[in-house]
Amino acid sequence: MDSTLIGTWLAALLTLGIMSFIYKDNLYYKICEAIFIGVSAGYWFITYFWDSLYRIAWIGIVHEGRYVLLGGVILGAMMLTRLFGKIGWIARWPLAFIVGATAGLKMMVYFTTNAMAQIHDTVYDTVTAFGGGDLYNLIGRLVILLGTVTGLVYFYFSKEHKGLFGGVAKVGTWFLMITFGASFGYTVMSRMSLLLGRIDFLLTDWLKLVK
Amino acid sequence: MKKYYYWIILAALIIVLILLPKPLIVSPTVSTIITVLLGLALAGVLVLTLRGHMIGRRTVFLFIGVSLTLPFFMNYRMPIKVSPEVQTLYDAIAKLPPGSKVLAAFDYDPPSAPELQPQAEAFMAFAFKHNLKVIIMGLWPQGPQQADMAVTKVLQEPEIRAKNLRYGVDYVNLGFQSGNEFVIQRMGTSFSGMFPRDIYNTDYDKIPLLNGVENFSNIDFVFNLSSGQPGTVEWVQIAVDRYGVKLGAGNTAVQAPSVYPYLSSRRLTGLAGGMTGAAEFEQATKEIGKANTYILSQSFSHMVVIAFIIIGNAALFVGYRKSKQKGA
Repeated sequence: MDSTLIGTWLAALLTLGIMSFIYKDNLYYKICEAIFIGVSAGYWFITYFWDSLYRIAWIGIVHEGRYVLLGGVILGAMMLTRLFGKIGWIARWPLAFIVGATAGLKMMVYFTTNAMAQIHDTVYDTVTAFGGGDLYNLIGRLVILLGTVTGLVYFYFSKEHKGLFGGVAKVGTWFLMITFGASFGYTVMSRMSLLLGRIDFLLTDWLKLVK
Repeated sequence: MKKYYYWIILAALIIVLILLPKPLIVSPTVSTIITVLLGLALAGVLVLTLRGHMIGRRTVFLFIGVSLTLPFFMNYRMPIKVSPEVQTLYDAIAKLPPGSKVLAAFDYDPPSAPELQPQAEAFMAFAFKHNLKVIIMGLWPQGPQQADMAVTKVLQEPEIRAKNLRYGVDYVNLGFQSGNEFVIQRMGTSFSGMFPRDIYNTDYDKIPLLNGVENFSNIDFVFNLSSGQPGTVEWVQIAVDRYGVKLGAGNTAVQAPSVYPYLSSRRLTGLAGGMTGAAEFEQATKEIGKANTYILSQSFSHMVVIAFIIIGNAALFVGYRKSKQKGA
């Protein structure tokens, strides 16, 4: 019996074990769940150990003399002080570094990409659509513009949502609901795909009922 | 004995399935009969609901499971029309001259494989057939392994095998690098700084394909397969907006809605979203694979979901009527 066959049977039985939860919670499911969590944790640990600590840090510092990497190693080691009660405060320093660096990068990219560039394109495309001669495109652009403006009005809470302002905010709510609905539909589609992948594995690789 | 009743049924079902003739494909007539029977069963559930007999959640699960499974045995292929966003993605890749360097970023893991692996395989097959040079990398640990699986599969195709493609010359796998969007940021100035070695520990400088590849300015196109963060959003924010990279993407259905705004503002060249996008991408590249099989199952399951939405609403109105009658 070759290892692939054992692996396939093991994977199939574990898949069925996880799926058994849709009938009811049971011991078989709990065992499979525990195996999944344990294997995942082990996999992530090994991946980071070899990819980051060994391939980047160890080879980089010891074999290639790139001592600048020591900074990252020291910050990483400082994170582990959280495990020791009295000196646990040291872990705040690398955390502060991560939060600061991420915030610095994200603030700029979100401002330029998600705010300025999107506003520019929303307005520019709407204006140019008037001269484009494509009625379908023009209507589409106007709907996007209307959705953007009314959506923003809904999130403006410094003025009470009454009268004309309240009406515009209400339109914004409709746009938001349609957006959430579309997102939810896509999410359902994705979840079906996850199940589809497992059913394909069971029918094709395990039972070999289909090619 | 009653306690183990369902487990015995499950074991018996598995034994029957193992003993069935293989491969099991039913004729179009039988497929039609099965579809009609499924429709009738759903109509039966609706009638039961209207009469006040509510069905349990397990019946819903059963219907979904059956609707996803049955199409695998049907000898039927759905007609698929390629959408404009997938067409522009295909056009951008098809326009690349032979020898162009394409960076393929695999930012997903096995759970997202049903939607993204068919796209990966179609892309790899198309790239190899059109002599594009592919540089693989991943911001997710399992991404480069998914890429490896796709490459291994497409290299077995006779047309591609005949080309005698060589690792390091025609394609290379740089592996995973931790650091999320900071990796993209650093790649803007130095690829080798982020990937000093490939997945097999070969030095960056010793890989012929990477000669002269210093940063994004030496890359003709980036194709990102993404199922979350870090993924397409980060590639747009940093690689496209900061370094002017030309980017196309394949996304899971969950992520696609958050990426569409970048498509309409032309930051993203094209987008294949979810299973539908995967099937369309296969159609466009003429590399028909799993997505075209999956899409039938997904369409069946969607019909069942829509049917249960109607049934659920019917149950709600029946409930209202009953409570009104009680109140009166």
